[in-house]
Amino acid sequence: MDLVQLQRQLVDYRTSLYHEGFLDEQFTQLQSLQDENNPDFVVEVVSLFFEDSERLLNELSKALEQQVIDFKRMDAQVHQLKGSSSSIGAHRVQKLCIVFRNYCEAQNVEGCLKCLQQVKHEYGIIKTKLESMFQLEQQILNAGGSIPV
Amino acid sequence: MGLKLQQSYHHSVTLKVNEQMGTKRGYTFIQANRAWLPKFLLLWVMVMAFLSTWIYKKMDADNKVRRKEVLSSMCDQRARMLQDQFSVSVNHVHALAILVSTFHYYKDPSAIDQETFAEYTARTAFERPLLSGVAYAERVVHSEREKFERQHGWTIKTMKREPSPIRDEYAPVIFSQETVSYIESLDMMSGEEDRENILRARATGKAVLTSPFRLLGSHHLGVVLTFPVYKSKLPPSPTEQERIEATAGYLGGAFDVESLVENLLGQLAGNQAILVNVYDITNSSDHLIMYGHQNQDGDLALLHESKLDFGDPFRKHQMICRYHQKAPTSWTALTTAFLFFVICLLVGYILYGAAIHIVKVEDDFHEMEELKVRAEAADVAKSQFLATVSHEIRTPMNGILGMLALLLDTDLSSTQRDYAQTAQVCGKALITLINEVLDRAKIEAGKLELETVPFDLRSILDDVLSLFSEKSRNKGVELAVFVSDKVPEMVMGDPGRFRQIITNLVGNSVKFTERGHIFVKVHLAENPKPMEGPKAETCLNGGSDEDALVSGARQFKTLSGYEAADERNSWDSLKHLVADEELRYDASVKMKAADEASQSVTLMVSVEDTGIGIPLIAQDRVFMPFMQADSSTSRNYGGTGIGLSITKCLVELMGGHISFISRPQVGSTFSFTTVFGRCKRASFSDTKKPNAEDLPSGFRGLKAVVVDGKPVRAAVTRYHLKRLGMLVEFANSVKIAASACGKNGSSCGSKTQPDIVLVEKDSWLSGEDGGLSLRTLDRQQNGHVLKSPKMILLATNITNAELEKAKAAGFADTTIMKPLRASMVAACLQQVLGTGKKRQPGRGMLNGSSVLGSLLCGKKILVVDDNMVNRRVAAGALKKFGAAVECAESGKAALKLLQLPHSFDACFMDIQMPEMDGFEATRRIRMMESQANEQMNGGTEEGSIRTGEWHIPILAMTADVIHATYDECLKCGMDGYVSKPFEEENLYLAVAKFFKTKPISDS
Repeated sequence: MDLVQLQRQLVDYRTSLYHEGFLDEQFTQLQSLQDENNPDFVVEVVSLFFEDSERLLNELSKALEQQVIDFKRMDAQVHQLKGSSSSIGAHRVQKLCIVFRNYCEAQNVEGCLKCLQQVKHEYGIIKTKLESMFQLEQQILNAGGSIPV
Repeated sequence: MGLKLQQSYHHSVTLKVNEQMGTKRGYTFIQANRAWLPKFLLLWVMVMAFLSTWIYKKMDADNKVRRKEVLSSMCDQRARMLQDQFSVSVNHVHALAILVSTFHYYKDPSAIDQETFAEYTARTAFERPLLSGVAYAERVVHSEREKFERQHGWTIKTMKREPSPIRDEYAPVIFSQETVSYIESLDMMSGEEDRENILRARATGKAVLTSPFRLLGSHHLGVVLTFPVYKSKLPPSPTEQERIEATAGYLGGAFDVESLVENLLGQLAGNQAILVNVYDITNSSDHLIMYGHQNQDGDLALLHESKLDFGDPFRKHQMICRYHQKAPTSWTALTTAFLFFVICLLVGYILYGAAIHIVKVEDDFHEMEELKVRAEAADVAKSQFLATVSHEIRTPMNGILGMLALLLDTDLSSTQRDYAQTAQVCGKALITLINEVLDRAKIEAGKLELETVPFDLRSILDDVLSLFSEKSRNKGVELAVFVSDKVPEMVMGDPGRFRQIITNLVGNSVKFTERGHIFVKVHLAENPKPMEGPKAETCLNGGSDEDALVSGARQFKTLSGYEAADERNSWDSLKHLVADEELRYDASVKMKAADEASQSVTLMVSVEDTGIGIPLIAQDRVFMPFMQADSSTSRNYGGTGIGLSITKCLVELMGGHISFISRPQVGSTFSFTTVFGRCKRASFSDTKKPNAEDLPSGFRGLKAVVVDGKPVRAAVTRYHLKRLGMLVEFANSVKIAASACGKNGSSCGSKTQPDIVLVEKDSWLSGEDGGLSLRTLDRQQNGHVLKSPKMILLATNITNAELEKAKAAGFADTTIMKPLRASMVAACLQQVLGTGKKRQPGRGMLNGSSVLGSLLCGKKILVVDDNMVNRRVAAGALKKFGAAVECAESGKAALKLLQLPHSFDACFMDIQMPEMDGFEATRRIRMMESQANEQMNGGTEEGSIRTGEWHIPILAMTADVIHATYDECLKCGMDGYVSKPFEEENLYLAVAKFFKTKPISDS
C-alpha cells in the first residue's frame, strides 16, 4: 500500500476515535511523551492498561458473583480502572466508570451488573481499536515511513 | 402525675414562646406590634384627655378651697370686730346702769334728774357708738302709779302715745338721752318686745337683747339692750324672786344694727366682694334678719357662717357671708389643661408618626436586606456559574484544540491551513479568556487565598521576562528588569500570584508596544529622598563626556531613548536610586540591621512601556473588567480586558494598590505596591539552599566594563552583573573604554584591567570608529595576554549580517541576546571564560518546555501511585523533561524509599491509594523528616520543621481540582498539587516553586 495513503488512513482512523469519544486529549498528551528516547512509550503504556484492566474486570466479575458483595472493594477497583483509563485517555471507559462508582456507592447490584457489562463492552471496543491503530502504525514503520503526529 | 403533666405543659409553652421569639428575631417591638399602633394612639389620646380633665378639676378645686378660706377668714374677722364693738357698748350701758343705781337710788335726794342724765349721756355718747341712744325707765307698780304721775306731772303712756291702760306694773321712761327724748313717759312694758326684755333682764340680772325690729324713728333694723337696775344691794347668788323685788328700773339702749354693721364693713377692705348678713337665730326654725337683704343675689353655692356672741345667752346670733359674684371661671386651669392636652396630643402624634416611620423604614430595610441577600446569592450563583461553565467549556475546548492540532498535521491546502490556524488561535484565546474568567470568579467568590512562602523575587522576574523574550525580540522591543539592591533577596509572599501580576502587566505592555522598551523596576516603596552629592557623580565615570555625547542626540534618558509616560522612571530618578544604593552599600551593615527591624517590606513595582498608551477618556475604566480602551483595541490586539481587573484584585489582596500614568502615543507606566513579609535571618539561610536560584559564584570579584551610552540600560546590565558578584564600571563609548583600559584603567577608578567588556550594540554601531577602537583594545590586550578582556556584544535583536560584522569586528567571544537574565548571563560568561562546559546559548533555550527541562533536568523524582498505568504515564512525562524517575506503587513503598537519608529531589504523590493514602503517607514522611531534623539541630535553638534541612517537596497528584482537596493537601504537609493528566504549564507552575532553572549546562 502506498505509504502516504497509509499515513492518511492512520490519521483518519485516529481522528474518528477522537470524534466518537473513544479517546480524549489525554491520549494526545501521551503521544507527545513519546520520542526517540522512548519510541514505544504509547504501546507500552497501553499494554499496561490492557493488562491492568483485564485483571480488574475479572476481579469485578468475580466479586459480583459472590453471595455477599464487597462494594467497598469494588469501588476501589473501579476507581483504579477509572484512573488508568483517564490516564491513557480512554474516554468512554472513564465515563462509564464514574457511573459504575455511583452504583457501587449506592450498593445497587443490578446497576453494577449492567455497568460491568457496558464497561466490558467499551473496553473490548477500545482494545480492538487501539490494537488496529498500533497495527497500522507498525505497518507504516515497516514501510519505512514516520508516524504523523 | 398531675404535677408532671403541668410541668411538661409549662415546658411546651416556654418552648413555643422561644420559637416565636426565634421567628420574630430581627423584628423590633414596634414592628411586632404594628397593627396596634393606631389603637395605641387612640388610647394615648383618651388617657391624655382624662388626665387633662383631672388637672383642670384639681386646679379648680384648689381655687375653690382658697376662695372658701378667704371668705371664712373675712367673715370671721367681721364677726369678731362686730362682737368686740358690741361688747364695748354693752359694758358702757352696764356702767351707766350702775351709775343710775348709785346716784338715783342710793343718794337721797336723787343726784340725777333728766337734765343731768341727758347731758351725761350726750357727753359719753362717743363711748357707745353703736347705740342710737339710752333711756332709763323706772319700775312703777300699779299702786304707785298715781303718786308717780303726780310727782312727774305726766301720765304714763303706751308706745302708741295713749294714756296707758291699767296694768300690774309699768316701766315709764324717766331719763332719756336727747337723741331718744321722744320716748320719755312711754311705758316700756307696753311694747311686747320691750316687756319681754324687761322681764328677762330683771330675772337674770344681765344685759338682754330683743329680737330685731324696726326702730322707732330711724326705721332701721335694730335691737334693744336692756339692763336691770336694782334698788338695794343683792345678796350673793340671789334668787329670781329676790332680783325681781330688788328691781328699781331698767336701763335700755337701742342698737342700730344696720348702720352699725354698715359702718363697720365700710372700714374693712374687700367690702365690695362679699355680702354680709346677720341673723338672730334664737328660734332655729325662723331666722330673723338683723342686717342685709334676705333675697340678695350672690354666690349661693359658697357661704360661711360665723357665730356672734353679743353677751345675751338667751339670744343667738350669726353672721353669714357670701361672695357677691359667683366664682369666676378659672381660665388658668382651663388653659393649662387645654395646653397640656394639646401638647400630649402632639407628642402622641409625633410618636405615632415616628413609629409609623420606623415601621416603614424597617420594612424597607427588610426588603432591602432580602434584595441584598438575593443579589448576593445571584452574584455567588453567577460566580459559581461562571466557574462551572468555564470548567465545562474547557473540556470540549481542549477537544477542539486537539482536533485542530491534528487537523493542522494533515495535508491541507494553504487556505485550509490558514482557516485551521485561525481557528486554533481563536480557541487558544478562548481558553485564556476562560481561565481569566475563572480566576476572576474565584477572586469574587473570595476563594482565592494567598500563600506565604519564601521566594526569590529576582528569579521570578527573570522567569517572566524569559517568557516574553521571544515576542519582544521579534518586535525589536527592549525588555529589561531592574531590582534595587535594597529589596531583600528572599521575601515571604505568594510567588505564583506575584508572577501572575507581573506577567499580566508585562504581557499587556508587550502587546501594545511596537518600539522602544518595556522596563520593570522594583524598589522599596519607602523611596529615599533623591540624593544630590558627589556620590551621584562618581558612579558615572567621565560625567562631562557623557553629557557631550548624549546632548548631541537629544534623546530621552530612558531605557531605550524613547520618551516614557512617567518621567519618574527616567535616568534622573534612577540614578539617585543607584547612587543611594552605592552609599548604602558602604554602610551595608547598618542597613541590614535597620532592615530586619521591620517585619514587612513594601515594594514598589513599576512596568514602563513606550507603547500606544491609553486614551485619556478610557483611563478611568482601565481596571474595570471587560473594559478595554475601545472596541478596536480588541480587534487590533486581542485580549479580553479582564487581565487588569484581575491584576488589581490580586494587588489589593496582597495589601497594595495599583495605579498608572499613561500618555497616548507615548506609553504607559503601571506602578503597584505590594507588602511582603521579610524572611527571618535563620530561615533565610536555610531556605536559600533549596529555593534560591543557584547563581554560580565563579564570577565573584571579576571586573567588567559596560559600554553603553544610555545610563538606564547600563544600570540594568550592571544590576545583572552585580548579582553574579562582579564589579562593574561604565563607559559611554568604546573609545572611552579603550582609552580607559589603555591607561591601565586609571580613569575607570580601578587599578586592574577589566576581565570582560560588554558592549551594547547601539553603542558599537553608533560609534563610527567602533571597529577601530576595538582593534586598539585588542592590540592592547595582546600586550597583556593573561588579562585580555573578553568582548561581549549585548543586543536585543541582531541580523545575521550584523552578526557577521560583529564577529569581524572582534566580538568573537559571544553575543548575549536581551533581555538579560542573571542566569543566562552567567551561562554565557561561563562559556566565554571557559569556566563551564561549552554550550551554544541559542534562542531555543528559552522556550517553555526547555524551561521546564531546565527545571527538572537531572532531578531525581519519586512517583507514588498505585495505578500501574498512571505511574507509567507520570514517569514518562517527567522523564521527558530529563528527570530521573523512580516509582513506588504504594504509600508504604514510598516511605521505605524515602527513609533518610535519600537522594530524591521531589515526590509526586497520588492521593487515593489503598492501605495508605497520599495524605497519610505525607504525614509520615513529614514526621520522619522532623525527627531527623530535630536530631540534627538538637543543639541549636533554631530548628523549626519547615526550615529544617530535610524537606522533600511533595506534590499531590489528583484528578479533582476542588479547592477543599487543595486545602487538605496543604494541611497534611504537601507543598502543592498537579492535576492528574499532566499538562506542561500546570506542571511547570507547580514545579517552578521548588526548582530554579539550571542555567549551567550540566545536561
